[in-house]
Amino acid sequence: MFYFTLKRLFWAVPTLLLIITIAFFLMRIAPGGPFSKERPVAPEILANINKVYHLDESLPEQYLRYLGNILQGDLGPSYKYKDFTVNELIGLGFPVSAKIGGIAILLALLIGVSLGILAALRQNTPTDYTVMTVAMFGITIPTFVTAPFMTLVFGVLLTWLPIGWDDDNWTSLIMPIIALSLPQIAIIARLMRGSMIEVLRSNYVRTARAKGLSERLAILRHSLKPAMVPVLSYIGPAVAGIITGSIIIEQTFNIPGIGRHFVQGALNRDYPMVMGVTILYGALIVFFNLVVDIIYGFLDPKVRYD
Amino acid sequence: MKKLFNWSALALASAIAMGAASANAQQVLHRGLGAEPETLDVQLSTGVSEAYIATDMFEGLVTYGPKAETVPGVAERWSISADGTVYTFYLRANAKWSNGDPVTAHDFVYSFQRLANPATAAEYAWINDPILNNEEIRTGAEKDISKLGVKAVDDRTLQITLKASTPYFLASLQHHASWPVHKATVEKYGNQWTKPENSVSNGAYMIVEWIPQSRIVLKKNPHFHAANTVKIDTVYYYPIESQAEEFKRYQAGELHVTYDIPSDQMDFIKKNLASEARISEYFGTYYYGINMDKAPLGQQAKLRHALSLAIDRNIITEKVTKQGQVPAYGWVPPGVPGYQQQQLDYAKMTQAEREAMAKKLYAEAGYGPNKVLKVEILFNTSEAHKLIAVAIQAMWKKVLGVETTITNQEWKVYLDSRDQGTYQIARAGWIGDYLDAENFLSMFASNAGKANNVRYKNPKFDELLKKAAVTQDAKQRNLLLQQAEKIFLDDLPLIPIYFYVTKAMVKPNVQGWQDNVQGFHLTRYLSLK
Repeated sequence: MFYFTLKRLFWAVPTLLLIITIAFFLMRIAPGGPFSKERPVAPEILANINKVYHLDESLPEQYLRYLGNILQGDLGPSYKYKDFTVNELIGLGFPVSAKIGGIAILLALLIGVSLGILAALRQNTPTDYTVMTVAMFGITIPTFVTAPFMTLVFGVLLTWLPIGWDDDNWTSLIMPIIALSLPQIAIIARLMRGSMIEVLRSNYVRTARAKGLSERLAILRHSLKPAMVPVLSYIGPAVAGIITGSIIIEQTFNIPGIGRHFVQGALNRDYPMVMGVTILYGALIVFFNLVVDIIYGFLDPKVRYD
Repeated sequence: MKKLFNWSALALASAIAMGAASANAQQVLHRGLGAEPETLDVQLSTGVSEAYIATDMFEGLVTYGPKAETVPGVAERWSISADGTVYTFYLRANAKWSNGDPVTAHDFVYSFQRLANPATAAEYAWINDPILNNEEIRTGAEKDISKLGVKAVDDRTLQITLKASTPYFLASLQHHASWPVHKATVEKYGNQWTKPENSVSNGAYMIVEWIPQSRIVLKKNPHFHAANTVKIDTVYYYPIESQAEEFKRYQAGELHVTYDIPSDQMDFIKKNLASEARISEYFGTYYYGINMDKAPLGQQAKLRHALSLAIDRNIITEKVTKQGQVPAYGWVPPGVPGYQQQQLDYAKMTQAEREAMAKKLYAEAGYGPNKVLKVEILFNTSEAHKLIAVAIQAMWKKVLGVETTITNQEWKVYLDSRDQGTYQIARAGWIGDYLDAENFLSMFASNAGKANNVRYKNPKFDELLKKAAVTQDAKQRNLLLQQAEKIFLDDLPLIPIYFYVTKAMVKPNVQGWQDNVQGFHLTRYLSLK
């Protein structure tokens, strides 16, 4: 297990390096640059700006300079938000996105797993069909429909909840967390139901029942853990995606997270910003995949890592 | 029995306490800001959102009044030499920075030099080109920045020497690029000086909190010379990019003032919230620029006019944009004092007459059912621009039989296409930097470089602009600029469509909001009832 982890961490480095290199060069293919504006910048000023940001150097030189900075933990300045460095912006935004995303995922796991088990135990009954239909809606209706709808109903018409994010007011987190978790609940419920049904038919559960084990123990001790495996496969990368924020949720509720930087950074040609969030996302995916693989070992006794 | 409790005394005490409380009650204003500011450094920022914060936090020699008129700021009065080239500003004695330091003429010398200094890389450095040596310093021709024509005669007297008499110079000083920054703070903290823990400002407000993409909080600056006239104690600015979401937060009572109004909700607003919608003429023009380097449009003025005539601007403003925009038959928008608005000859015709004239010109240019004109409209991706392009495409087809393709590109790509000249007709908009016609005309001089995005070249036009630049008499100068605009409109290198409006939702309890053509509503003039 230890060597397995070590090997995975070792391979993470070239993986990230590949991601950084591809992102670095791919971004600069799109036409337009960070400093083009409606009122064109005077050539002398543009020359000075380029000098400040080392954009006058050759591309390979810029690339090596960037790598050197990363190794020292410096993700560079933001070309768009000139008073902030990328480190600062990610440092301010990531905790906010992570908090909302983290709570949403926990909520989704709790509710989704419970609903999935319920549907699996009551397979092909009205309960099952209800849960699956609701899940279908959850998956198909996109967040850019549910989120504004929620702000309209709960914010404007009923005025039960505040719309705008406010770190002094925890009720401002309720709507974004729910909007973020709804599709996840749906997906997890479906996954859980499917794998639970399969596990309930498996030989070892049949054995447990044959040996007279109570239904409750049969489920909790023997079925739950192996049934979680497909859910976990999904959750690993999903967590990385959710805690880095959703641009739709952030724009609807004015949340100062980092989700918007993925899209806006590219539109602004804010190269260091895009690189910064890409590296973060890549690192999180590698990390959570590793975590999920380790957890497999505890869930399924058939999994071995040597 | 002894009274255990004196109710009347209690009532009196409560009344006094409540009276004192309401007298001390803090006025807190919540405003929408549009986009997240790119920077709060007044010499570096370029956009409208940044300008809102800059004009609340800082103050220049002159500043914006309640109706955005030019009023004394740090300078309480000034005198102009007879030949118009030397301005002497007398600074008020009680002008102070938010840390208590006095604002002196040396602060202005430092800030003007900072703007011109090429190392600062300020995009608006050109705005002070009327000042002696400003252009030479910012282009690097002059290496010694102390040669800039801005001198501190003493702590409270600032002298600015211009290259030539420039009637709009005072108006251009309203732009925050010419506003002062606190030298010691800037030198100590570098580009971190704008952060709340470091920032020092000389205006009505100082910054106390900045959470990017969430809020910027300004508190009243106790050292501001007019602090006793400032009613709002704290103002929260929220950068909300989605107009729909901003409007929802306004309806939910989270905002007093919005930055914009979503156009698809205009009908609902006009019916239910008409008194709260503040729509006002804005100093800008929405236009279709024609690439003058490309045939046939670049060569045939008749074709350009035909296309312009065939557009029913009333339908565009009444049925498509629906926000009270004004159809534009001229280039420089209304609002410049002393300047007579120029218009195309056909401004006063009916649309039927215009369409008849369009067909005539189209035929005279050699086009008709046998030779159909094909054009392409480029616009930056946006639902609003698309609706207008589709409408114009239909109008050109109906009236002239012109075949139009419409293309949209993402903003940066669109800017690139315009720079490279790989377009035929491109949608664009221009908002004036200061209230003078020159700001709309000089960008199309043949030597204006990339600013002249339609690639217009007319030596007579250039000549008139050059003469106007050195004319001292304001009336004479405006006449020359009017003549230049007339030539410009005859040539029509761009088709003006409408003049912009500013739109904001303002709650009924907000007082002091005065519509004005520059769209500035400084928080120091507002109050809550």
